[in-house]
Amino acid sequence: MLAAQSRLGRLVSPTLRRHLLLALGAAVLLVLLSAQIGAYDDYNLTAVAIFVVAAAGLNLLTGLNGQLSLGHGALMAIGAYTASLLLKDYQLPVVVVLLASVLSTGLIGIVFGYAAARLRGPYLAGATLTLAVALPQVATRYKDIFGGESGLSVPPTQPPAWLGADFPPERWLAWIALAAAVVTIMLLANLLRSSTGRDFKAVRDNEAAAALAGINVARTHVLAFVISAACAGLAGALFAYWSGVTAPAGLGLGLSLQLVTAIVIGGLGSLAGAAWGSLVLVVVPALTGGMASTLNLPSAIANNLPLAIYGGILVIAMLVAPHGIQGALVRIFAIGRARWGHTPAAGQKGVVDWDDPAPDS
Amino acid sequence: MDGTASWIRGIAIVSVVGLLAACGNPSSSNENSGTNTASAPGITATTITIGSTQPLTGPAAPGYSEIAPASNAYFVYLNQHGGVFGRKILYEYFDDGYNPTNTASVTRKLILETKVFAMFSALGTPTHLAVVDYINSEKVPDLFVSTGCNCWNNVSKYPETFGWQPDYTIEGKILGQYIKQNLSGKKVGYFFQNDEFGLDGVKGLDDQLGASSVPSERRQNYVPTNTNVGNQIGALQASGAQVVVSYSIPAFTALALLSAAKLGYHPIWVVSSVGSDVTTLTGLLKAFSKGAVGGQLLGGMVTDAYLPLVGDSSNPWITLFKGIHDQVIPGLPWDGNVLYGMAQAYTLAQAFKAAGRNPTRSSFVKSLESGKLSNGPGLAPFGYSSDNHLGFLGVQVATIAADGTETTAGPVYTSSDSGPIAQYSGSASSPPANGIP
Repeated sequence: MLAAQSRLGRLVSPTLRRHLLLALGAAVLLVLLSAQIGAYDDYNLTAVAIFVVAAAGLNLLTGLNGQLSLGHGALMAIGAYTASLLLKDYQLPVVVVLLASVLSTGLIGIVFGYAAARLRGPYLAGATLTLAVALPQVATRYKDIFGGESGLSVPPTQPPAWLGADFPPERWLAWIALAAAVVTIMLLANLLRSSTGRDFKAVRDNEAAAALAGINVARTHVLAFVISAACAGLAGALFAYWSGVTAPAGLGLGLSLQLVTAIVIGGLGSLAGAAWGSLVLVVVPALTGGMASTLNLPSAIANNLPLAIYGGILVIAMLVAPHGIQGALVRIFAIGRARWGHTPAAGQKGVVDWDDPAPDS
Repeated sequence: MDGTASWIRGIAIVSVVGLLAACGNPSSSNENSGTNTASAPGITATTITIGSTQPLTGPAAPGYSEIAPASNAYFVYLNQHGGVFGRKILYEYFDDGYNPTNTASVTRKLILETKVFAMFSALGTPTHLAVVDYINSEKVPDLFVSTGCNCWNNVSKYPETFGWQPDYTIEGKILGQYIKQNLSGKKVGYFFQNDEFGLDGVKGLDDQLGASSVPSERRQNYVPTNTNVGNQIGALQASGAQVVVSYSIPAFTALALLSAAKLGYHPIWVVSSVGSDVTTLTGLLKAFSKGAVGGQLLGGMVTDAYLPLVGDSSNPWITLFKGIHDQVIPGLPWDGNVLYGMAQAYTLAQAFKAAGRNPTRSSFVKSLESGKLSNGPGLAPFGYSSDNHLGFLGVQVATIAADGTETTAGPVYTSSDSGPIAQYSGSASSPPANGIP
């Protein structure tokens, strides 16, 4: 009996147990939240969850492994087209579609990851940028398969009958996306606490030192790229369900840049940062979008105002919180702790480490 | 970490700058007397709220971004003159940047949050295709889509969706007939947008000219995300095409004209009404060539119209709409896009008038299908019936002179996607004295 318990204990490590509990708690809270808000807010909540999946994956690659990808929008496109092509010919359960997209994008991630592992810094950014620019063109070139500029339409997911006839489909999709986001975050959080996660950070901070410590640098790079691509694929498939259409214009360079924006605004290297950044990406345009027809401005100004305000907020956020929202929150907590006399985990009492206020988490 | 983080941050800032630059209750519908009730979602005793998605920014914004403000200007005028059955029309339109994903999101905002009575004038074929299933599944009337794709005329699949402008195939047939009759013997080439817009147009042209008479090297297409059209125009030049029919949005008509001018290629241009507005094109030509050329490149162009010509100051519809323009939106140019938006708004006002005092969504659609609407400012009649959701059924060919003046050539023709072309014998109507139906 005791032996069985300890075996179970080994199987489910304290970290995993803690993450499982946290994930369960988060899931319950999110489901309660989604039931309180209207259908359109559920729709926006779905968008946040989708961005969380993609941004968390990107943050693993960029914030924790030091590789910048400007091509994650294209990886999302691979996931989205995989889902749309499957749904065009077959009626498949959501889970199957999502897994297929994760697999297909992960496979492409392996191929691309091998190439990417040879490139550093701006060269890698350039190579991934090429992917973001070139891939949507494939859809217009092979119009018969991918539907060209108009794209492929994606049938909506219908809520199961036991939820009742009046259950809004937007809320059902929100649940699916939130489940995907919670599972992704939990798996990534586990990974980061493992030796693999420590390898990622070691490679990011100093490749030579990591290699001397016996870490296979190239393999670590490829692995980070593949995991990150798989997340983008999952986000892409959810994106296809969410928008109801998979078209190149929605999956272009702009999307890739939005994801980079999300992790920088939210906080590089932190999974919570990916969530903050995703929230900003969805909420700010939703707030500014309606201004064009409500303000009495010349149309040339009014039409571009939402974009300008959105950009302005992002620029200000970067100036005010250079370590992102998560970095700013950690810093505020650190100040609080210093004030109230608790000794910080590292360093002297009352001293805040300003240079690295956002420990990787 | 710090070095890496700072350049990643640097690239992110550049990215942001880049993003910026890319800058009821049931009540009888025929009951015209009585009191106003909140008869349907989006209708109150005093207001009717309608919504739209428009390319206010992005590749389709030049010209088209004027359409929604122009419709709104007509509604302002209408509301000042008592509205429809005493209700004011409130028009909420949002930018989708001609990006289908944005359209999907903004349309849900209008239907789920703003709770509009109907969608109106939603612009763009690829963008609207992204939401037409959703709008119909929500049973929201989808009125007067601002594109001539014949995909909107599908009563069994899209019972709520109605087209407005002549469909691209009808337009292509009438342009093709003109080429056959007036430019016979010349080699014809096509330059078209590679989606339903261009392909439907080509279908109409082929119907008249014969598919085999235009070989593949004289069929060149473009996608709106790639502004480099030099290759395609070069290929048309090399193929010896003497007439080029262009199914293009204004920005790409301008790009094609400039590429051709650069190559010293001067075919006769035949441009669908979608991409031939003189004011918009002149502005784009000047902007793209940094002032080197302007409207002179438009001289000799053949196009078509289904509304009175913008420059025809003797036409009473033009007088009415230009007056509203000068009063409500003097900051916008007076051009084909403004005329389009106002004419569409007029049709909507007619439709609300015809639907009775307290319409529901379904009684409104039924009323539209009963075919009661007169063509208003349109040159040809509407095709609306219970098995047809086509808008205007025909066009009139027009030519553009070097000084930018447009002149109509020949009679108004009507047709359908598969039927013959017929000369329209009806006469033009005049607007009511106060300008509201």
